[in-house]
Order: sequence, then C-alpha cells, then structure tokens
Amino acid sequence: MGIGKTAFGAFPDRTLRSLAVEAGEKCMQDAGVSPSQIEAFYLGNFAGPAFVGQNHLAPYIAGSLGLTGVPCTRFEAACASGGSAFFHAVSSVAAGLNDIVLVAGVEKMTSQATPKVTEILAGAGDMAGEGRAGATFPALFAMIARRHMHQYGTTREQLAAVAVKNHSNGAKNPLAHMRKVITMEQALAGKMISEPLTVFDCSLISDGAAAVVIVPLERASEFTDQPVRILGIAQTSDYVALDAKADITTFWAVHEAAEKAYKMAHVSARDIEFAEVHDCFTIAEIIATEDLGFIKKGEGGWYALEGRTCLRAERPINASGGLKAKGHPVGATGVGQICDVALQIRGEAGELQLDRHSLGLAQNLGGSGATAVVTVLGGI
Amino acid sequence: MNTGVIYTETVVHAAPAEFVADAPYQLAIVSLDSGGRLTARIAGERVKIGDKVALVETRDGVEYFRKQ
Repeated sequence: MGIGKTAFGAFPDRTLRSLAVEAGEKCMQDAGVSPSQIEAFYLGNFAGPAFVGQNHLAPYIAGSLGLTGVPCTRFEAACASGGSAFFHAVSSVAAGLNDIVLVAGVEKMTSQATPKVTEILAGAGDMAGEGRAGATFPALFAMIARRHMHQYGTTREQLAAVAVKNHSNGAKNPLAHMRKVITMEQALAGKMISEPLTVFDCSLISDGAAAVVIVPLERASEFTDQPVRILGIAQTSDYVALDAKADITTFWAVHEAAEKAYKMAHVSARDIEFAEVHDCFTIAEIIATEDLGFIKKGEGGWYALEGRTCLRAERPINASGGLKAKGHPVGATGVGQICDVALQIRGEAGELQLDRHSLGLAQNLGGSGATAVVTVLGGI
Repeated sequence: MNTGVIYTETVVHAAPAEFVADAPYQLAIVSLDSGGRLTARIAGERVKIGDKVALVETRDGVEYFRKQ
C-alpha cells in the first residue's frame, strides 16, 4: 500500500487535474509501482463539473498519470466521495477482480466565490426540500447542533473545544490548510455562519488531493516491508433529507458502518487506539465519537471538553487537525483520512506521531449522513 | 398539515447565492401535528425548540410558519 497527498489549501494557480496528478504520482512512487502496473483507477470527486466545469474526470486525470486502457471511474457521494471510491476499490481487490489499484480523491473549490461554493455544497442535501427553503450545509449541521444541545445539554464551549483541539493539531501538520492555534475565546467569538455555529465550527473551503495504492495482502511484500492492513471496511446509506430522519442527533449510517467494520476486523470500539473522523463541523466530531462507540450517546460534548480526544489522551481524535484545520477539499477528504491513519501506523507522522498507533480508524460522512464509510486499519 | 412544533431551528447568516438578499433568516424543521416533519422558513418572531407554529403562507414553493 502506498500513500500520497498534496498540501490542502487555497491554490489559485493549481488546476484540479494537476492536484490529482501530484497526489497520484507521489502515491505510486511511495508504493514503488509504475503506471503500467495499475489495473484500475477509482476517483472520488464531489462537484468537479460545478466547481471547474469539467466532466469525465476519472479518465481525464488517469491520462495525465499515464494510466490508459484500464477502467477509470468517478465516485460521487458528497463529502464521502473519497471514502466511497476507496470502499469500491477495496471491494474489487477483495473480490479478486484486480490486484493493484489506484484510488485518488480531489476537489478544487476555491476558484468560486463563497456564496457559489455554499450553493454547490447545498446540492449534497435535498434540493427540492431543505435546499429550496434556504438550507446551507452549515444550516443543516446547525440544526443538528441545536437538537443535540436540547436533548443532551451540549454547550457552545464543548463545540469550541473541538475546534481549539483540531487547530492545535493542525498547526503541527505541514500539509494542513490552516496552521494556526486558536483560543477558546476566539472560537466562541467567531463570525456567525448559521446559529449556533460560528466560522470556527466549520471546516475550510480547500483545494487538494490524496491517493492510495491498494494491493492484496499476499502481494504486499513485493512493494513494502511495512504494509498497512485494511482490517475492516463498510459503506452504508441513509435518507438524504434531514427532516426524513427519526433522530438527527445521531448518524445511523455511521453507527451501522462502524458495527460492520468492527465485525469484519474482529475488534470492538474500545480496541481502536486513534481515529480520523469527519469533523466537517465541530458538532459532527462530537456525534462521530458517540456513533463510533467511543463514548455513550449524548456525552460526546463532555468527552471533547475534558480533553479526552487530545493528541496525548487515551484515544486521540483527528491528530492530523481534522477537516477543521487540515482543510476539506470534499472529494479528497475520505482518501486523505486513509493516508493520515496509514502515516500514523507506519510511525511517520513526525511531530504528530501518537504513542499508540497500531490500530486506527477513518470515518467519512457524506452530506448530513446519507453516506458513511468506516475503515479499520492496522499494522501487520 | 398547517400546525406543528419546532423540532430544531437555526438562523442562517451565510446564505447560498440565491438567498443572499434574505439573510439573516430563520430556518426550522417542524414536527407537523398531522405527522412527519418539514423543513420550512419562519416568518416574524424568532422561534425555539418546542414552540408551537402555524403555516402562514407558501411562497415560491417554500412554507412559512409563524409562532402561535
């Protein structure tokens, strides 16, 4: 298994294709494979056509990577596009259909003004219902946060604690979009986006790409003496519209995907040593820690505020800085999370290297919970 | 279908391109007394979870509810 990532950030001079190619080339170099060995290409991308006006993205990028002739397919599952591409790539290798596959995720978002980006992102929700009423993505998660606060007493300080922690980690990540430490006071006083969420509760609009090479376990030794093993993986789905869900304070799809992935990996939540979770908004990280079974339902806010998810805590969450500080180039995020977990397992995370790093988890969420992908990764 | 209770709500400050002129506006998910939930706009006074609301109008395909 090889990994490769571009920096995440706002890169006005970079095209979508050049970002994807950089990640893909870094990844193939890391894996020691040549383009001619790749048997299939899986691309995660949410809205390339809307952001940059280019369709048919998978062969468009593959051609520049020197991969022609092989099946090249784009996967779109909102913010879980990368995770979905990864899930399907793993499925094809596990089924014996392919041996060596390349998965990439990419998004180029900063070429559009923020209101337009907001509009494109809203398309991951139900445009005929909540979208027509004026719901943005922050608005959907703001409504989730309000309900979580109402049902469980979650506070603004608990939300802000997630942002402060992720910025603190992201400041040490050389590839992060925002390498800036923030204080609790700053987080609480941020510009209001959708009440009760301020700008510091929201992840960033970023450009970036990430890629991984997957091979069957029995062939891993041909490429590396330190393979990262995919122990369990699941993709699940739920209703797109928030108002169709019985309880919006939980992402049922995440809970289901975690149960399936734990079962496949023969582990339970308490065995997981660290996790990269989908903190598109601070409330999403709090709910993720509950849905993944790290803490009881409703206690995720306390879990964050008490520092139990920090870099040197019992089970660090988003050591990379998460989507909050690292950036959230939508289609790249799910693949980037796999890279970040793999980096920890290899022991190559530099200043962010965790003490316990042999069993990690990545959780990627699409929309307001209509797609979820959970992956459990370990060393050999 | 015309009355319900606020299940959750938010006030949108950063609006999508189409609704920039409306911001800030309040958006809510209403648990309808007739069953089911609906994402709608709030007209007039701001509402909070648990408030009773009634439909006042439907404009451009969007329902507007007001605190009762």
